Amino acid sequence: MNIAISNTSEKPIYQQLFEQISAQILKGELESAYCLPPIRQAATELRVSIITVKKAWEELERHGLIYTVTGKGCFVTELSSDDMLQKRNDMIRMQMIIDTSYYKSFGLTIEEVFELLKEVY
Amino acid sequence: MLALDIKNLNKKYEHFQLKDVSFQLEKGYIMGFIGANGAGKTTTIKSILNLVRMDSGEICILGKNMAEHEVELKQEIGSAFGDINFYTRSKIKTLTNVIKTFYRNWDDETYHKYLKKFNLIEDKKIAELSTGMRVKYSLALALSHGAKVLILDEPTSGLDPAARDNLLDIFQELVEEGEISILFSTHITSDLEKCADYITYIHHGQIINSAEKEEFIDTYRLLNGKKEQLDMIKDKLVSYKTNSFGFTGLIHTKDFDPSTDIKSAVPNLEEIMIYFSKKEGMYV
Repeated sequence: MNIAISNTSEKPIYQQLFEQISAQILKGELESAYCLPPIRQAATELRVSIITVKKAWEELERHGLIYTVTGKGCFVTELSSDDMLQKRNDMIRMQMIIDTSYYKSFGLTIEEVFELLKEVY
Repeated sequence: MLALDIKNLNKKYEHFQLKDVSFQLEKGYIMGFIGANGAGKTTTIKSILNLVRMDSGEICILGKNMAEHEVELKQEIGSAFGDINFYTRSKIKTLTNVIKTFYRNWDDETYHKYLKKFNLIEDKKIAELSTGMRVKYSLALALSHGAKVLILDEPTSGLDPAARDNLLDIFQELVEEGEISILFSTHITSDLEKCADYITYIHHGQIINSAEKEEFIDTYRLLNGKKEQLDMIKDKLVSYKTNSFGFTGLIHTKDFDPSTDIKSAVPNLEEIMIYFSKKEGMYV
């Protein structure tokens, strides 16, 4: 599992953790039944507070990406490729809604957005 | 279980008073205790430890009432006040040999581990130590008797950035097992941004807010707007600064209507402290 935290980012740290881990799960880099490190250990290693990690893990669980076995730890959920695709699209859609409102604030048409997106992609 | 449960602590001095100070710290977590100079951090900590007598209030540590179980609880508490200014002409070794007899669970091995970690030499006299070294020595003492609750007053002040970073590492390692809890006061807020789980903010002897760190920060928004917008929102701001480009001000998130086109951002701890201390200046 790879994680890089930015302290200068506007994004809360738990959000950064959640996004990075969920991307790795949905890309299949973390396989199902992969065991996430214990919350307190991860906090020490990442130098973030315990509650931050807890929140990130809770968010992953809420999205059905991991599950908890009491006394054993947190594991990556087994997802069919359809599920993965759907969850991935859900998350991308959420980000797109945010991005779209930014484009709209400049009065861009969808065609203009397409053009610019093609340029930078 | 609660490591610390402070209820309605009051203490009145001629020119200063603690007023109904209450907060709680869950076992196994780190709480940062912030406030300006003279806000009441040290008085609160000393009252918790019964080093100053409180006028009223109740203090429970690890579920036990401090007033009834003080002697017993002090075995479980590690405290440090930054400086050591007693017996300054004694050697570290001599002083430690006296202090360790007070503690049932004193652990020489742990003590020597910290001396080594902090580069402290046992044969030096207290008077010969720099401020930072004294802080480290007092921490080594606080950490060496198996304390379950650490109550530290400005443990990072006087330390260089590398030593501060090391100390925060040690704090996180200590709470990792979930058995030890730490309350530490500081006005270096960057120490807290990363490792603290909870923040308690004291201002003029009163607790302004005590909450989980992200929730604490989320209670406030930093606004950035045009001069014309200031009049609209002035009454709701904690305080504000103006310049030729407009104004910046702090507001409680609940008082802010995001549909207005005033730009808002999430503040950091330092900004929250600055705007609260500005508050008084504005009404004088």
